[in-house]
Amino acid sequence: MTDDKPDDPTPPDDGTFFEQSDRRLFLKQSLAVASLTLSPFPFLKTAEPDSDEAPVGNAEKVSFTLSVNGKKLRLSTDPRTTLLDLLREQLGLTGTKKGCDFGQCGACTVHVDGQRVLACLSFAVMQNGRKITTIEGLAKGDRLHPMQEAFIKHDGFQCGYCTPGQLMSAVSCLREGRANSEADIQEYMSGNLCRCGAYPNIVKAILDVKTGGQNA
Amino acid sequence: MKPFEYVRPSTLQEAIELVATNPKAQFIAGGTNLIDLMKHNIAAPGKLVDINHLPLKKIEKRDGFLRIGALVLNSEVASHKRVLASHPLLVQALNAGASGQLRNMATVGGNLLQRTRCPYFYDRAFPCNKRIPGSGCGALGGINRMHAIFGVPEKPDPRSCIAVHPSDLSVALSALEATVWVQGPHGERQIPMNDFHRLPNNRPEQDTTLANGELITAVEIPDAVFPKHVHYLKVRDRASYAFALVSVAAALDIDQNRIKTVRLAMGGVAHKPWRLFEAEKLLTGQTVSETIFRQAAEVAMQGARAFEHNAYKLKVAPNAIVQALKLAASLS
Ligand SMILES: Cc1cc2nc3c(=O)[nH]c(=O)nc-3n(C[C@H](O)[C@H](O)[C@H](O)COP(=O)(O)OP(=O)(O)OC[C@H]3O[C@@H](n4cnc5c(N)ncnc54)[C@H](O)[C@@H]3O)c2cc1C
Ligand code: SF4
Ligand code: FES
Ligand code: FES
Repeated sequence: MTDDKPDDPTPPDDGTFFEQSDRRLFLKQSLAVASLTLSPFPFLKTAEPDSDEAPVGNAEKVSFTLSVNGKKLRLSTDPRTTLLDLLREQLGLTGTKKGCDFGQCGACTVHVDGQRVLACLSFAVMQNGRKITTIEGLAKGDRLHPMQEAFIKHDGFQCGYCTPGQLMSAVSCLREGRANSEADIQEYMSGNLCRCGAYPNIVKAILDVKTGGQNA
Repeated sequence: MKPFEYVRPSTLQEAIELVATNPKAQFIAGGTNLIDLMKHNIAAPGKLVDINHLPLKKIEKRDGFLRIGALVLNSEVASHKRVLASHPLLVQALNAGASGQLRNMATVGGNLLQRTRCPYFYDRAFPCNKRIPGSGCGALGGINRMHAIFGVPEKPDPRSCIAVHPSDLSVALSALEATVWVQGPHGERQIPMNDFHRLPNNRPEQDTTLANGELITAVEIPDAVFPKHVHYLKVRDRASYAFALVSVAAALDIDQNRIKTVRLAMGGVAHKPWRLFEAEKLLTGQTVSETIFRQAAEVAMQGARAFEHNAYKLKVAPNAIVQALKLAASLS
């Protein structure tokens, strides 16, 4: 953030939205859900690279683009779809976990434009044009990310349910310069809960990556 | 969740008009509070007006003020060079709130307008005057350990609300005497932070003095008189990632051990950030000492009133005031 950060250029709204009665909407949605069950990912089309165009659509469906783990996608969903549900249900990226669905546990942590956020408290359409990285995109092919290596080395998990969120958060925490001490890590990783109580080992793993000077 | 139409206006005027002319339309910024409420079916906007692409993302130095755009993220404010140098109280309050992930999403405007965390407000099986005016208050006869001790009615009536405002940022902004800039269908106006949130009185559904369709554009903080002796103390159920039971923002301007100016505000104790004007008066001109801090805390607690489960706040709050002042004054 600088004093003179330019604001996002936004093309004008093209006015294609329209109002509908709730009942008609409900009927149409039921149909949409029915057709949904036939094909697993009917929304996916590879997008041609484009600019930050405003999403278009109505209360049933909006179209927008996202880059997910380096792949640019043109998507179409009900505007109520959270980023978390889009990743898991529509893109089949189930590495990102749903713990609470209300912003309280951190299991759904992903990176948006390199920053850690909670996928459960964001509508997918609002991320239009942004770059999403999930746990599936953290390793480089077969080479694990140093943070993943460190979690294995220090036993930073038990059941593993919170682990994708912990890892995404840990990588960010380091990038944010908030992993300088045990106390620092405890404070700045507090948004990721672990029912198994693997906290001490998670802290050790992060400190190891930090002091090892590995490139996170 | 009820279906909604998503729109992304590109100008302030367009955004304001969309909300001002449609009672079912609502702004959305970071979404961290509104989406939560929509999932609980407590908020059900028919139209979501995404303001994230409006030009309200700057932190700018103005003559005598620092102006922070309504869409600057909480994490961006807390790591901004100028804010770190001149308003450390703000940084401490922000970093005490929510989590690293949430601070990367939450905006300044959204933080001021987040709604209460009263569990009965969230639970639609219970009556709640804030959710459904006139339905009653689940907290009055229920578990009220999180609830208010200031600005509460002597004799609760059927329209009462004893909820607290959960924002940490607002408490610091109140102590720093910030001004909220808003733009509405009838133009621009400024609201002093202390008049922005309101006591529930008989309209608990109204958290603030903002009118329908009004958009927060920025907050302005007068130039630092408190770059050094400040502390934000937050008492909560766990060490981090929890809302305040009681919090204290303390800012002192100390010259040769004498208090020239002091500002005190509390969170977790009222329906709005609670400025401690009487305690400030008592402290001004005094020599720094634990004794005088203790006296100030006593004065601050006058008029406090507890309910069945929150009487502990009557003890925690004065101790928190003393502790915050000591830490701000570097008195051990
Ligand atoms: C698990 C959890 C823990 C949390 N802990 C804390 C904590 O300890 N301390 C704390 O202070 N907060 C805490 N929060 C709350 C968090 O800080 C708020 O949810 C956040 O600040 C809201 O900002 P937003 O931009 O996401 O708002 P949104 O959810 O987008 O909007 C909130 C409201 O503000 C309105 N709005 C937003 N921007 C504007 C504007 N510019 N003008 C007019 N109206 C606007 C919206 O219409 C909506 O009604 C926590 C939240 C969660 C989920
Ligand atoms: S305290 Fe306020 S928010 Fe809570 S139940 Fe009572 S009226 Fe509703
Ligand atoms: S699933 Fe998102 S924070 Fe728990
Ligand atoms: S490893 Fe089981 S929840 Fe963290």
